[in-house]
Amino acid sequence: MQKVTGELLINKALELLDNGTVNRVLGWKRGEFAYDMTPAVFADAEELKNNFVFNDFCGANFSKYLIAETRKEGKVLVFLKPCDSYSFNQLLTEHRFDREKVYAVGIPCEGMVDISKVKKAAGDGILDIVCENDGLVVKTLYDTDKVIDCKEVLAERCVSCKSRKCVAYDELLGENGDVLDSSRFDEVEKLEKMTEDERYAFWQNELSRCIRCNACRDVCPACTCEKCVFDNPDSGVENKAVSDSFEEKMFHIIRAFHVAGRCTDCGECSRVCPQHIPLHLLNRKFIKDINEFYGDYQAGAEVGSRAPLVNYTVDDLEPSEAVQKGDADNA
Amino acid sequence: MQVKGEYKPLIVAFCCNWCSYAGADLAGNNRLNYPDNVKIIKVPCSCRVNPMFVLRAFQRGADGVILCGCHPGDCHYTSGNYYTRRRMALLFSMLNYLGIEKERTRVEWVSAAEGAKFAATMNEFTEAVAALGENKRLEDLRCKK
Amino acid sequence: MQRIGVFVCWCGSNIAGTVDVQAVSEALKNEPGVVFSTNYQYMCSQAGQDIIKNAIKEHKLTGMVVCSCSPRMHEATFRKTAAAAGLNSYMVEIANIREQCSWVHKDMQIGTEKAIILGKAAIAKVNLNAPLVPGESPVTKRALVIGGGIAGIQTALDIAEAGFPVDIVETKPTIGGKMAQLDKTFPTLDCAACILTPKMVDVAQNENIRIFSYSEVTEVKGFVGNFDVKIKKKARYVKEDVCTGCGLCTEKCPQKKVPNEFNLGMDNRRAIYIPFAQAVPKVATIDPNACNMLKNGKCGVCAKVCAAGAIDYKQQDEIIEEKYGAIVAATGFNPISMDKFDEYAYNQSKDVITSLEFERLTNAAGPSAGKLIRPSDGKHPHTIVFVQCVGSRCAACAEKGKEYCSKICCMYTAKHAMLTRDKYPDTEVYVFYIDVRTPGKNFDEFYRRAVEEYGVHYIKGMVGKVAPEGDKLMVQASDLLANKQLHIAADLVVLAAAIEPDKSARPLATMLTASMDTNDFFTEAHPKLRPVESPTAGIFLSGACQGPKDIPETVSQASAAAAKVIGLLCKDKLTGNPCVAHSNELMCNGCSSCERVCPYGAITYIDKEFRMPDRTTRVRRVASVNPAVCQGCGACTVACPSGAMDLNGFASKQIMAEVDAICK
Repeated sequence: MQKVTGELLINKALELLDNGTVNRVLGWKRGEFAYDMTPAVFADAEELKNNFVFNDFCGANFSKYLIAETRKEGKVLVFLKPCDSYSFNQLLTEHRFDREKVYAVGIPCEGMVDISKVKKAAGDGILDIVCENDGLVVKTLYDTDKVIDCKEVLAERCVSCKSRKCVAYDELLGENGDVLDSSRFDEVEKLEKMTEDERYAFWQNELSRCIRCNACRDVCPACTCEKCVFDNPDSGVENKAVSDSFEEKMFHIIRAFHVAGRCTDCGECSRVCPQHIPLHLLNRKFIKDINEFYGDYQAGAEVGSRAPLVNYTVDDLEPSEAVQKGDADNA
Repeated sequence: MQVKGEYKPLIVAFCCNWCSYAGADLAGNNRLNYPDNVKIIKVPCSCRVNPMFVLRAFQRGADGVILCGCHPGDCHYTSGNYYTRRRMALLFSMLNYLGIEKERTRVEWVSAAEGAKFAATMNEFTEAVAALGENKRLEDLRCKK
Repeated sequence: MQRIGVFVCWCGSNIAGTVDVQAVSEALKNEPGVVFSTNYQYMCSQAGQDIIKNAIKEHKLTGMVVCSCSPRMHEATFRKTAAAAGLNSYMVEIANIREQCSWVHKDMQIGTEKAIILGKAAIAKVNLNAPLVPGESPVTKRALVIGGGIAGIQTALDIAEAGFPVDIVETKPTIGGKMAQLDKTFPTLDCAACILTPKMVDVAQNENIRIFSYSEVTEVKGFVGNFDVKIKKKARYVKEDVCTGCGLCTEKCPQKKVPNEFNLGMDNRRAIYIPFAQAVPKVATIDPNACNMLKNGKCGVCAKVCAAGAIDYKQQDEIIEEKYGAIVAATGFNPISMDKFDEYAYNQSKDVITSLEFERLTNAAGPSAGKLIRPSDGKHPHTIVFVQCVGSRCAACAEKGKEYCSKICCMYTAKHAMLTRDKYPDTEVYVFYIDVRTPGKNFDEFYRRAVEEYGVHYIKGMVGKVAPEGDKLMVQASDLLANKQLHIAADLVVLAAAIEPDKSARPLATMLTASMDTNDFFTEAHPKLRPVESPTAGIFLSGACQGPKDIPETVSQASAAAAKVIGLLCKDKLTGNPCVAHSNELMCNGCSSCERVCPYGAITYIDKEFRMPDRTTRVRRVASVNPAVCQGCGACTVACPSGAMDLNGFASKQIMAEVDAICK
């Protein structure tokens, strides 16, 4: 159901490789399973023709890969979905890679599907999935092929998509979309309306499942520190893996705070969490608070914007007012 | 003041060197009582207080954390407390979102002349935290019920 | 491992009255790192200090904790004591067991318990202290003053008198600024030129002062004591050192129709001009936008008439690079544009003028040779309406005016009104005001004279509309005290336009990394206690660039700024505060978060080459803190997500250790 096909992207990539604009391509290739599209770097045309894919499972945000890729020789081609283009700008704002060494092609995105929703709908034993028109044809071990409407299995972040507008590119394939009036804060609001006890129960249930695999940190395009504070012996918070340690307990709060005002809300953290913890609800709380306290701010909407936490006005609201405002239960 | 043996909440107070720490000194000079369970840590400016320090205090058993700095506009470093205000507004809102009682966190602006305000703030804050009882939530946030 | 000494002070009974000092020194003996612990009646006394000195030597202490009064009292004392005994002063920590313990608690047991915890926290911190040595940097003994108005002139003269070389950079062809355009000055009514021009001559003749007129600052690098500045000397097409200022060229130039900015466009000058007779430097300047020779090579009259041979049509802009120890911003002000105030018909009628234009009209060297006339027909005006607060105190109309009070308008309007009545008693003068603000020395007396002796009609209320009708200006206004509407047929309307910082101030502030308020006035390091310094070390503020001021205030601030500059330039070396931020380059991402929160512009970025484990090298952008500029607030340490930025003396680890010690 994507408006641009893999073929179109391959042709674009071949053209740019051929005319020497770039010497390699950052794209998706099929992984072990049909729904497992992994980021890959393609250096030659054959490889590209054989392995490059673009379909409803290509959720991965490539912008973070550019930090490492731009350190290499020559220019790299990157395909940016609207979500990814915000991260791209945010990384540029933070001087994390050399723009000159990237050729960015913006592509439209119709939303990516969530494999766990597909599994729920199709049952276990998925052998293969083919993306056709607006649906997925799922072949399973046990049943006849099932056709699932993509809209039914969209990832949560795509259901409440904030923008279909590519904000950074050298060239655009297809038509650019618009910034959407999304419902992305609905879930946050629901939590805010709960009592403190209910909220605590909710988060204890979610966060106690965390196995500290660091997948959220590793995939996050805002978590690009040379060395994470939790690995920094001078920070006073570094710990070995001890279950009762400070790091263990506070990791998610600190991570969310560190990306506050810089998080573009791409939703990768929740996508990769093997424990299905809705981590985006932490980030979105910060985004919602920032919007409400200091005026609307979208990280990555433009390069060079001043993040709200490194900014101030003399009449900002007081922390006590902020807590009242962010607590719908008591408001 | 609490009677001995009764539950006493542990309060960590971060005070900026130029205003609030001097305000606390003035409270002392004027012999204004406030609970002994308030322990002050001196920082050059309230903007030196990393959210990690606040979380660390809670994790190690503090029941309430308060930051005191110069009044907005009076920062010795001109703008430090403005950053504090934003950081703590967001941090405290987040902690409340996680179900941590909002009465456990506070930012108060105390000038070097406000010894009485310092003592009153500490009395009031300690009382509010004492009413909530021990802070177990942040310690147990990642534990299964 | 540190070897820490603990010294518990009784402070007579101040501490010992509510804290069992013996128990405290006993309890702290067993803390990690502590090798010696004692208590004494008065630690700050000579005998107490001797105990400390001896212990440092005897026990080879590497750190010490004094449990005593507030560090605000005696931290400096004990640091000196430590240094005298060979221990680095920054290895001393104070546990405040007086102001924050014995004086606020009454119960001995409670006081003792708390004192022990405070002691433990200080010990935990000292365990992580590292010796610090204040950095030193040299001072270039030369000052730069940006702006050559009365503020810049006074500052430069004072600095030069103290024996230091000063350069003045002025964008206009002459120094003098706004004051040179004024007629008389309140409240004494002496003529502006009579008191200003001698000062301008002093500047020109002072051996320590160089004037870069018709020039601008294009780049500022470095920090306090060590600024590297680039100054662009714009081509004036006249050799400054050759021109005698005879003015013959300005009489012979055939291009006569160039609006004269010195007279605010009320008359014309030539393409080659000297702004006014007493200009300093008195050198002609060719306006390249008006000169036919420069535009199309057809003329050359000035070169022909110049006996000195000073004309040089091929002159180029010149970049001058110079080092300075201190920089003074004195960029001044301008009246705001009246374009948006349609209600006053400023753009419709020549007879609606601003107060500065009125100054030129009454100035003997002005376009009317000092005769008060209507600009439209040259007739003598019989009814004049002055409107105050045009664009000042205008919170509701922020898009056209300013929220603040421009401060000088009440007084100069009183002056204008008084002078008009004095010279032309047949003229009716009305002043419309919101409030009359006269809080200076002899100011209110001055205003009372205008009302009582000179019969100026002061009316509380604002003018709503000025409409040209025939050769009259119909003024519609409200009289708030009489609660009625007034209609006055005026011959001349004078608008007291709000003043705003000069447009060059904003880009200059960026170059200087000096902060500004929302109105583009420079902010001072402290609004009460450091009013002539910018928060950025080595940058000083003089005159109206910091806020609206009149001449006496400007001059006193200018001299104050000069005193601060002299204080700085007197030093051979600057000793820094060693408790400054530093970045761990291995961990820094170069993301710029720290730079954005630094109030002092102490953080810059460098591209640094790193050796990778595989022996390749990689160049990365990393933050670098200038310890001479950093003031040690720590804002950057929290803005830094990776924790690469840390603060000497208040390191993250140290504060964490204190937290842990308290919460144990």
